[in-house]
Amino acid sequence: MSMRTKRSVRAGQYLALLCYLVFLAFPFLWLISTAFKPAPELGSLHPTWIPQHPTLDNFRQAFDEQPLLRAAANSLIAALSAGAIAVVIATPMAYVMARHRTRLATAATGWVVVSQAFPFVLLIIPLFLVLKHLHLINTLWGLIMVYVVWALPFALWMLVGYVRAVPPELEEAAAVDGAGRLRTLVSVTAPLLAPGIVATALFAFITAWNEFFFALVLLKTPEKQTLPVVLTHFLGAEGASDLGPLAAAAFLATLPSLVLFAVIQRRITGGMLAGAVKS
Amino acid sequence: MRALVRTAAAAATALALLLTGCGTGGDGGTDGKIRLRFQSLAWQKESVDINKQLVGEWNAAHPDIQVQYVQGSWDSVHDQLLTSFEGGEAPDVIHDASDDLADFAYGGYLADLRALLPDRLTRDIPRQSWRTATFDGGVYGVPFLQEPRVLIANTRILKESGVRIPTPEKPWSWPEFREVTEELTGEGRYGVAWPLKEPVSVTLNLGLSAGGELFHRDADGKVTIAMGEGDQVVPGTIHDQVNTDRSAARTALGMGGGDTLPGFFGGKYAMVPLGFSYRQQVVEQAPKGFEWTVLPAPAGRDGLAQGVSPQTLSVAEDSPHKKEAVRFIDFLLRPANMVRLAKGDWMLPTGTEALADPALHTADRGWATGAALAGTLRSAPAQSVRGYPEWKDKVATPALQEYYSGAIDAAELKKRLVADGNRVLARYQR
Repeated sequence: MSMRTKRSVRAGQYLALLCYLVFLAFPFLWLISTAFKPAPELGSLHPTWIPQHPTLDNFRQAFDEQPLLRAAANSLIAALSAGAIAVVIATPMAYVMARHRTRLATAATGWVVVSQAFPFVLLIIPLFLVLKHLHLINTLWGLIMVYVVWALPFALWMLVGYVRAVPPELEEAAAVDGAGRLRTLVSVTAPLLAPGIVATALFAFITAWNEFFFALVLLKTPEKQTLPVVLTHFLGAEGASDLGPLAAAAFLATLPSLVLFAVIQRRITGGMLAGAVKS
Repeated sequence: MRALVRTAAAAATALALLLTGCGTGGDGGTDGKIRLRFQSLAWQKESVDINKQLVGEWNAAHPDIQVQYVQGSWDSVHDQLLTSFEGGEAPDVIHDASDDLADFAYGGYLADLRALLPDRLTRDIPRQSWRTATFDGGVYGVPFLQEPRVLIANTRILKESGVRIPTPEKPWSWPEFREVTEELTGEGRYGVAWPLKEPVSVTLNLGLSAGGELFHRDADGKVTIAMGEGDQVVPGTIHDQVNTDRSAARTALGMGGGDTLPGFFGGKYAMVPLGFSYRQQVVEQAPKGFEWTVLPAPAGRDGLAQGVSPQTLSVAEDSPHKKEAVRFIDFLLRPANMVRLAKGDWMLPTGTEALADPALHTADRGWATGAALAGTLRSAPAQSVRGYPEWKDKVATPALQEYYSGAIDAAELKKRLVADGNRVLARYQR
């Protein structure tokens, strides 16, 4: 392949990448644009990317009409707790399943994957009854439990991959050097697993942060409701919506995930690569 | 190593601190007071404010029966209520739409209100409205707000064209409507935009005006689908406007109601058939100086009749305080309060006395036109038919979408709606 052809191919690749990025970014950019548009511009036949008369009215109205801060705090508590607890439970389980490949571990992995196929509506009534029995309806504790249970199978499956990517030879070498089992786990395995743990926690966080239906069903009082539930209060029957405030509130709702991604992006990338490479 | 331990400890502390914020709900109720939960689906600010005000007024006047306002959501309301019913945690007073009640009524989740309703309320709401919440002889909700479908029209285009302006007393007929939309169609402009993302309810509800029934119940209560002449008027008109006259925008067929508004404001469509409450969005979003008016939907053999599924207030069968719940509903639906609720939601009250309120008969923003249509509103044809949701999703929606876009003809539409439809309904009526 000549140098010229190579350059053309490379340019084509970059162009394709650019198109893909634009495609991915479009909904979010449009959301931002909508959030800052005044009502007449929302109903314009020729919408513009940049609001002609940018306004903060949608944000004011959104905060005025709905308890967004309280809802965001509830979401944050639920999502952070779910992420942390899921990782704490899943990590040792994943280690055992990855290092001790018995029939039971294989069957457990299969069950974990299958359990992801259950639809929400199939689970919600039994879950509701269990939580009611435990007096956990309308509590964030109850919701967190559901989120942990919901995130656990996939978290486990992810972490098993990460543990398998850590060469057992490293642990054996540590043992030969005289390190005990706990010391080996803490000093050798845990640091190598850290990116995977972060990626898994982030997955559980985002799953819980975005979740709507369980929160809608389990939380009764406005003080307990999470952000996705409160966002639906800008929607009426038959698809009617209060578009400006909805866009403003939805934009704010995406920020925590974005910030979290930005902060730990490097670790996630490392974690994903670690999970992808076999020793 | 130390850093890792420190991080873990900090995370655990933060988690513990966060979790201390998670308390239990609990209603209390050891003070002898009756506590009712009222789940409202009001969503527009004015409407939410009025609902909350009314709850506040009730609570102030009834210290021994306290009502807690719970904000519900139209999104997934059916599944949410079903779970609450199954779990024995349903709100005492439930706001919903009448077409969502059938499953709950037949399932025994809602209280039959016949023996509980005060005479005043029973008399105040017309029989055709009660029918929307009556299932198997029982009344499972109080219908209180409803909206007809109207034509929201660009006043300037209408005046310039010189067409006859219809009124509730002298509406357009369906053939006249078709002619008018042709006249209003011009360079870069369509006479009408039908937002038919959900084509079934629009077609069935407006079809009543032309004598369309589609669902026929025999003496045993068994329902079958048959498509007569009257059933073909509305779909035929829409099909011809899109495919023959080109007076209706093809692109609008896949739109929701609100999606057509930018084109309407931009002069691309002269008229849009929308629910009465869409006037609020028009008021909020219309550019300065934009003139619009509300016209009645076209009339057919049965006049202006059209189907509606009113908003309702029901009481959970499991509620230990049904009497008190109905008293609260009666308070909410006093004529003056019903007017407040109707204005907050930009809809029409079902109550005769509330409907007579002068505030709902002003020409401003089309209130008078809507109020004049209230007497013509009937129970939506399919709302008590078991199996209707499946027929709607699997048979009618795709068939009507294909017919309106011109992909299939009237004969194929009829075959699918009737033959395939009856197969679906039969499974529910064995």
